[in-house]
Amino acid sequence: MDVQYVAPKTLDEAIRAFAAAAGSGRILAGGTDLLVQMRNGIVSPGTIVDIKKIGELTSIEETKDGGFRIGAAVSGMVLREHPRLSKVWPGVVEAANLIGSTQVQGRATPGGNLCNGSPAGDSVPAMVAAAATVTIQGPNGRREMAVEKVPKGPGRLNLEPGEIVVSFNLPPRAKGSSDAYLRMIPRTEMDIAVVGCGVSLTMDKGTCTAARVGLGAVAPTVLLVEEAAKALIGSKLDEAALAKAAAACSAACRPIDDKRGTIAYRTKVAGVLLKRTALIAAERAGGK
Amino acid sequence: MSTTGSTKTPETANDNKWIGKRTIRPDGADKVTGRAAYAADTTMPGMIWGKVLRSPHPHARIKSIDTSKAEAYPGVKAVMTAKDIVNFPIDKSVMLGIQDMRWMCRNVMAREKALFAGHPVAAVAATTEKIAAEACKLIEVEYEVLPFVIDVEEAMKPDAPILHDFIKYKDKPSNIAGTLEHKLGDVGEGFAKADVVIERSFRTQPVHQGYIEPHACLVSVSDGKATIWSSSQGQFMVRAMCAYLTGLPQNDIRAIPAEIGGGFGGKTIIYLEPLALILAKKSGRPVKMTMTRGEVFHASGPTSGSYSTVKLGATKDGKLVAAQGTFCLQAGALPGSPIRGAAGCAFAPYDIPNVHSFGYDVVSNRSKVAAYRAPGAPIGAYGVECVMDEMAEALKMDPLEFRLKNAAKQGTKAAHGPVYPRIGFVETIEEAKKHAHYTTPLPKAKNGKLYGRGVASGFWFNAGGESSAQVNVNEDGTVVVITGHPDIGGSRASTANITAEILGIDYKKVSVLIGDTSVIGFSNLTGGSRVTYASAMVVTQSTEKVITQLRERAAKIWKIDPDAVVWENGEARPAGDNAGKFEPLSLGQIAAQASATGGPIGAGQQLNTTGAEGGFATHVCDVEVDPDLGIVRVLRYTAFQDVGRAIHPSYVEGQIQGGAAQGIGWALSEEYIYNKDGKLDNPSFLDYRMPVSSDLPMLDSVILEIPNPKHPQGVRGVGEVPLVPPLAAISNAVYNALGRRFYSLPMSPPKILATMDMAAD
Ligand SMILES: Cc1cc2nc3c(=O)[nH]c(=O)nc-3n(C[C@H](O)[C@H](O)[C@H](O)COP(=O)(O)OP(=O)(O)OC[C@H]3O[C@@H](n4cnc5c(N)ncnc54)[C@H](O)[C@@H]3O)c2cc1C
Repeated sequence: MDVQYVAPKTLDEAIRAFAAAAGSGRILAGGTDLLVQMRNGIVSPGTIVDIKKIGELTSIEETKDGGFRIGAAVSGMVLREHPRLSKVWPGVVEAANLIGSTQVQGRATPGGNLCNGSPAGDSVPAMVAAAATVTIQGPNGRREMAVEKVPKGPGRLNLEPGEIVVSFNLPPRAKGSSDAYLRMIPRTEMDIAVVGCGVSLTMDKGTCTAARVGLGAVAPTVLLVEEAAKALIGSKLDEAALAKAAAACSAACRPIDDKRGTIAYRTKVAGVLLKRTALIAAERAGGK
Repeated sequence: MSTTGSTKTPETANDNKWIGKRTIRPDGADKVTGRAAYAADTTMPGMIWGKVLRSPHPHARIKSIDTSKAEAYPGVKAVMTAKDIVNFPIDKSVMLGIQDMRWMCRNVMAREKALFAGHPVAAVAATTEKIAAEACKLIEVEYEVLPFVIDVEEAMKPDAPILHDFIKYKDKPSNIAGTLEHKLGDVGEGFAKADVVIERSFRTQPVHQGYIEPHACLVSVSDGKATIWSSSQGQFMVRAMCAYLTGLPQNDIRAIPAEIGGGFGGKTIIYLEPLALILAKKSGRPVKMTMTRGEVFHASGPTSGSYSTVKLGATKDGKLVAAQGTFCLQAGALPGSPIRGAAGCAFAPYDIPNVHSFGYDVVSNRSKVAAYRAPGAPIGAYGVECVMDEMAEALKMDPLEFRLKNAAKQGTKAAHGPVYPRIGFVETIEEAKKHAHYTTPLPKAKNGKLYGRGVASGFWFNAGGESSAQVNVNEDGTVVVITGHPDIGGSRASTANITAEILGIDYKKVSVLIGDTSVIGFSNLTGGSRVTYASAMVVTQSTEKVITQLRERAAKIWKIDPDAVVWENGEARPAGDNAGKFEPLSLGQIAAQASATGGPIGAGQQLNTTGAEGGFATHVCDVEVDPDLGIVRVLRYTAFQDVGRAIHPSYVEGQIQGGAAQGIGWALSEEYIYNKDGKLDNPSFLDYRMPVSSDLPMLDSVILEIPNPKHPQGVRGVGEVPLVPPLAAISNAVYNALGRRFYSLPMSPPKILATMDMAAD
């Protein structure tokens, strides 16, 4: 079967082309998941809609209130080179930059990472911790959704047919805020997260005043762990608070036993990573 | 440069001009620019594509195969099944090297039964790969699904599902397909004399050779004669096996070796070639076949997983008095696991008066194992060297000192047979002991990380065997050498070094080519660490014959007796009474007059080489362990090896580093994982975790040159023994860091944490 390839210049055209292809259409961002899946015969789209030619999807903007709008099809390298983004959201950028290798970084996008629907996608827990929302557009117009609401299960999304993720919206930052992301992989690179942990927090004179925790690869979807955040907020990130937050992370895990890690292992490591990630975020935010 | 520490580098150890020099490898530029032609790069006009239909079941009787729908599918040119392959009856063994054609004919295509998930059942050739794949799905195979067994210990149990009713052990149907025993002295008496006895059991998982290039071939048959381009470790093996399996005589098969993208033993056997040959014959078209990475994992040989028990006895003063080992190795679906390497090499580094080493060859429903770098030896050494470490600790001795005290030397009788000639094992330990790596203290525990150091030694047999070479002097005075060995580790460069050295000419004037089966005499596999060893012997003798011819030609030109001519520094010089009477003649000058003085100049030699004495190595490894995540990283690694003579030090180091890297993967992260349905669950490089370069530190090698007295240049095989010590060296280092011993590989993060948590409870 022949594959149709279209590369529209506007979002409206993309939405129309995607809708016209109905069930056989696929969005192509960096293609680092899609092309691999096509080669392995997992998907065989009839129409491929390339969204990398659309300005809104490939640009990063700092909004007036100090937030950021990141196009869904911005590559990891472009994220990394943005002069301000890494200063305000070092955790989001480091998570996106962990994806693949230098070559993969030139292609892979946060939109693709989210929409691939893998619970192990690296940028997703960091986005969840960052309280990012996504702007979605489809045949029925635009809407916004919290990042953690997008995945439904492995490979499945809460998007309506024909909807495209347009951008990620990062909220303005209070003073003394920062974030971090750590993942556990058996190798040093070119591997898939066995557990991923994103922490975003605000420190005020050594006390944590706000926090969010995202956990990857420990459940069918990336988790927002509110109990862990609660344990951190109001504390000085002392050993007791960290232990409580770690325990909350372990308790939130609903992992599987598979070739990549055992249930016991993932559950324990989720807690270990929480402690380490929170301390890095706090350090970046100005220290405990 | 990667070497550190060695004061006596091969470059400075002799006054050779080329031998021991780091010449530029002749195949290098083509490889880095992508111009080198691998088997999958080959195409032909009219070429079609072959694909294999594989069994989805780990164990099933094949009741019927209906290929009619596939045959009728548009674009399909030929379909084949086991019916098209020569059958070798079970009751008569037909050996080709280490492979038995009874098993080969059943491995390349399932005959009575499918014996593992991925076992070929049929193959199709069609105008495109896609059509061939679609047609495979139209083949109807009726299976009677049978109970299966994957694990070696399970397969040895009395009630295990039996793979082959013709295999009997102690008169009962069994999965134990063979045993091997080495005995020296009396272990009962030996253990009775021991003050300390330690016995432990060990498990390892099957690991794949992990060559980057998947199996590939192109076969053309015309006028009943077949030409095969393929990636293998031996074109003569390809020819012989295809002749056996297709019934063609060897003179009607020409096997052309393509550049090879790694083999590590895994390409000493064939999978696709006979299928492509039969499809080409049936269709009248050239047929190309390539495996996907998934097919490589599912159906080409890994090496065995194992279950072993090792028992050592020593006296208080640190002398080993008895050793016993039982090594149970998975053969995969058909007999032939490397028990010889496991049981034979395990105790070979040590002088122990009483040894009993026993190997079991066990079949189970996995792909048939293939050779992997020192086949079996790493498994044997893993158990022995871990118990050596524990014994040294029990005796309160330094682990290297303990090894030194028991090291085999010239005159030691090994349990597997030989009395050693001059060997360099002791030197590897002594060098390790005084090396900066071993004398530098480990880092102190910090940031929750723990540090440990481990050592281990190892032995590999090495091999001689058949090789052929032809050395031709060209009209312009340059030289072409043809050998019969695919070059995996830089052997063309080594061969050129030797030829240039003996002739006394510039390295650049020598080209080394690998001949196909129709242009060079029989040459056995590139395997067993034999190529540089054996090539050097036939190339040396060929070159010496050429020199004789060159002296004769000079004598003819000068009209003096050939005995009055010497060959020195790349030229013929008059000697004795004639010294100084004539201007010397260079190789180029003699070559230019070759026609007038008797015709072309060139000579060949063919030998069944012997005298490849064993190789010994000692490795030192430092690890850093993150005990909360269970991650082990190798921080520093130094390998000490007696190589006899390093003809080309860079490629010797490359072999040592490669072996150590593979050993690190085997110890820490690589394993075949099967799901509950008996299918391989991790058939990709994502989940079959070989180390990537950032996982490894620079792997240092210290080359020791204790010449092999039986070789013209003193060469010993170098390619395999580097994979023997790492498993135990790393295990011992992890113990040193954590204070917990691990008896099972890989020491993956979940396993480390589970063991640590058990300890904490
Ligand atoms: C060698 C290699 C290493 C890798 N390492 C990692 C790693 O370390 N960590 C990790 O998380 N991932 C890794 N990946 C996976 C992959 O690179 C990431 O998931 C990447 O972020 C995908 O982005 P992409 O733009 O290439 O997605 P694509 O392949 O273009 O798209 C992925 C999926 O999302 C859909 N899609 C894409 N964009 C949109 C959109 N805007 N709206 C709706 N649907 C959309 C596509 O249709 C497709 O189904 C690796 C992949 C490779 C090949």
